[in-house]
Amino acid sequence: MTGEKIIESMKPMHDRSNGLGGGFAAYGIYPEYKDFFALHMFLDDRAARKSCEALLRETMEIVHAERIPTRTTPAITDEPLIWRFFVSPLRSVLASMQLNEEECVARAVMTINTQMKGAYVFSGGKNMGVFKAVGFPEDVGYFYRLEEYEAYSWTAHGRYPTNTPGWWGGAHPFALLDYSIVHNGEISSYDANRRFIEMFGYKCTLQTDTEVITYIADYLLRKQGLSLEEMASVIAAPFWSTIARKDECEQKKLLYLRKVFSSLLVTGPFSIILGFDGGLMALNDRLKLRSMVVGEKDDKVFIASEEAAIRVMEPGVENIYAPAGGEPVIVRVKEGKF
Amino acid sequence: MGIDYIYPQFEVIRNDGRCTNCRICEKQCANGVHVYDSVKKRMVCDESKCVNCQRCVCFCPAHALKIAKNDCTFRENANWDEDTIKELYKQAGSGGVLLSSMGNPKRFPVYWDRILINASQVTNPSIDPLREPMETRVFLGKKPSAIQRDEQGKLKCELPPQIELSMPVMFSAMSYGSVSYNAHACLAKAAQELGICYNTGEGGLHEDFYVYGENTIVQVASGRFGVYKDYLEAGAAIEIKMGQGAKPGIGGHLPGAKITGDVSRTRMVPEGTDAISPAPHHDIYSIEDLGQLVYSLKEATNHRKPIIVKVAAVHNIAAIASGIARSGADIIAIDGFRGGTGAAPTRIRDNVGIPIELALAAVDQRLRDEGIRNNVSLIVGGSIRSSADVIKAVALGADACYIGTAALLALGCHLCRSCQTGKCNWGIATQDPELVKRLDVHVGSQRLINLMTAWRHEIKEMMGGMGVNSIEALKGNRLMLRGIGMTDRELAILGISHAGE
Ligand code: SF4
Ligand code: SF4
Ligand code: SF4
Repeated sequence: MTGEKIIESMKPMHDRSNGLGGGFAAYGIYPEYKDFFALHMFLDDRAARKSCEALLRETMEIVHAERIPTRTTPAITDEPLIWRFFVSPLRSVLASMQLNEEECVARAVMTINTQMKGAYVFSGGKNMGVFKAVGFPEDVGYFYRLEEYEAYSWTAHGRYPTNTPGWWGGAHPFALLDYSIVHNGEISSYDANRRFIEMFGYKCTLQTDTEVITYIADYLLRKQGLSLEEMASVIAAPFWSTIARKDECEQKKLLYLRKVFSSLLVTGPFSIILGFDGGLMALNDRLKLRSMVVGEKDDKVFIASEEAAIRVMEPGVENIYAPAGGEPVIVRVKEGKF
Repeated sequence: MGIDYIYPQFEVIRNDGRCTNCRICEKQCANGVHVYDSVKKRMVCDESKCVNCQRCVCFCPAHALKIAKNDCTFRENANWDEDTIKELYKQAGSGGVLLSSMGNPKRFPVYWDRILINASQVTNPSIDPLREPMETRVFLGKKPSAIQRDEQGKLKCELPPQIELSMPVMFSAMSYGSVSYNAHACLAKAAQELGICYNTGEGGLHEDFYVYGENTIVQVASGRFGVYKDYLEAGAAIEIKMGQGAKPGIGGHLPGAKITGDVSRTRMVPEGTDAISPAPHHDIYSIEDLGQLVYSLKEATNHRKPIIVKVAAVHNIAAIASGIARSGADIIAIDGFRGGTGAAPTRIRDNVGIPIELALAAVDQRLRDEGIRNNVSLIVGGSIRSSADVIKAVALGADACYIGTAALLALGCHLCRSCQTGKCNWGIATQDPELVKRLDVHVGSQRLINLMTAWRHEIKEMMGGMGVNSIEALKGNRLMLRGIGMTDRELAILGISHAGE
């Protein structure tokens, strides 16, 4: 699928954003570089780029670096330098630091984002990329020429920032390695989640809920090795009373997860879509305080805050339903599809 | 009379027009303040014995009594206040250490009262606790730092032992001996009914209360009173008492006169012998020694009970707590300098230790900085007075709170701060059977249940206001708090912003 459809879908959602941030994540877009981490960066100037490159070279090989192609449009202004680097951590470094390549890249990203002035990595997974800016999402899509990319999965988001100023890096999706999150809502557990996750080397610099949810996903999925379903029952944990009604085996598991990761329970209204290598997961808060609908057509699945957005992409959409609060909807690409 | 004469602190004012000479006040006052003068045919009183416990006031059927602060004063002096002068006279007369009870009454800042709680408006909906589930259940204990799976890839769901509480509040340690049998019975019954825990304190566990085991925390203090295998096995958890907020750094002393009958049996101390808890545990002179005691208690109970280590909040509390967290303890309990006591040297109670709010904030942050916050749970006590204090404590980072004084108030305590005399008119801090009888176990436990039920409603209400529907999402959620009237330094220690920021 090219980016054209998803840009279309954002148009009826215009009123749900206020022009202070829009963005997209696309999976499967860099087949020729699929074994390399694609770092997308905002850079203030050449100097920032140079120092970034130097830092990256300490631990990894840069196989390709280029400006991300954009179009000029009056709707998007004040753009920074936008670059992508395809990198691969050096084996010798991995061996000496006793890290795997994901951890090595994640740490480099964390360092750049927290310590380097004028440089910000906003995407860093393999064969995927995030494209975002300050503006309305449909304009952001046009700006990044997304119709030129082919992906097996797309996510998109328009922001209505309430508690943080509009900033390029603050737009969604928010990404770390292969995980990208778009999120709608404002979570009330933010500081409980943040202060817990920061124990494990993450630094929340943006004061956005989405950032903390992305780190939670990375921590639970990559570092702890939970499955997507297990992660969903941590962040949108079922109520104790619901757990009590499950069969014994399920009960044991849910109690365990809820007790161990109690500080990663996310409360307040949210609907999130987590993009990962090979699929998507959509999840609502456990009270379902935010809307979310899912629909299907042929081999495609559509998820959106409103049915209207789906109808624009696929007027003949079938099996439309609203998943229950806390019920994860997991979509995986059929094997061998990419 | 003479140089040591201290004019009575309180004035007992009887409205003679109302008084019917029913002599109820005479029966109610164990201090012997009220006496019927059969010659004059009216009530007279010796105010010098009054401690202002309000017992007679509450029970006078004619509403004829009130107790007022006496207005006979020394010449005013901002430096030498009246209490200081009186205490000095007492010591000059007796040569002894001054004793007091209950928590530090001095004018130190109460940080709880300088912290304000958030609520949702517009961008984030508040949640109606009457319509939506609102969860207050907590589990205290060590959580593993990594999950494990079996060969089939299924999660291994075994956890180290945990205490389950229906709400994040427990009754703190009060020993049988310092409080009455009936007071213990009230606490135990209420804890069971509420699905929380009470704490035996260091006086052992009366045989009648083993049935409340699941809701009991058994304490092991430096005197080791009443400690034996069945005792350790009896409770939901074992607490090692290293210190107490009201008297950090010193031990305890229950005079032989109070070691009678049941108390003697429960403490396993011969009748009439003083029960002395040494200041340190004589087998703990370092953090490694604490580790050994933690592990011996775990071994003794087959690793089925979480071990709590209770310490007083003192200057270096963050480092101390970090040491405890690494000693194998499952839970750390911190007692602030305003915590209550049955008896403590006045100077220590009033001058040693630090406020629990600051201690809690410092410890929680330190454990997070070291990445070990999930390895231990944190309980805080030392003047938690209301559901709002509970909310603030949880948002600062506590897993649960201990309440002592608040629980005694529910039982009728009027904070006369005379527990050390053993003549508590409310049947709480006494072993006199006539006085103990006054505390009805059924009524008392019901009042505790009422209090906790009310707090729980309020906690849910405030959580709903913040848009939080589970207490877990409030733990350490300091963005929900703002300070008012504090210095930058105080805010930095508490880890919160000032109101308006
Ligand atoms: S209880 Fe009241 S009415 Fe009765 S003797 Fe005392 S003061 Fe008088
Ligand atoms: S000690 Fe208590 S009961 Fe006795 S007179 Fe004073 S207030 Fe009344
Ligand atoms: S427990 Fe009894 S003696 Fe102690 S302060 Fe309360 S009322 Fe007074």
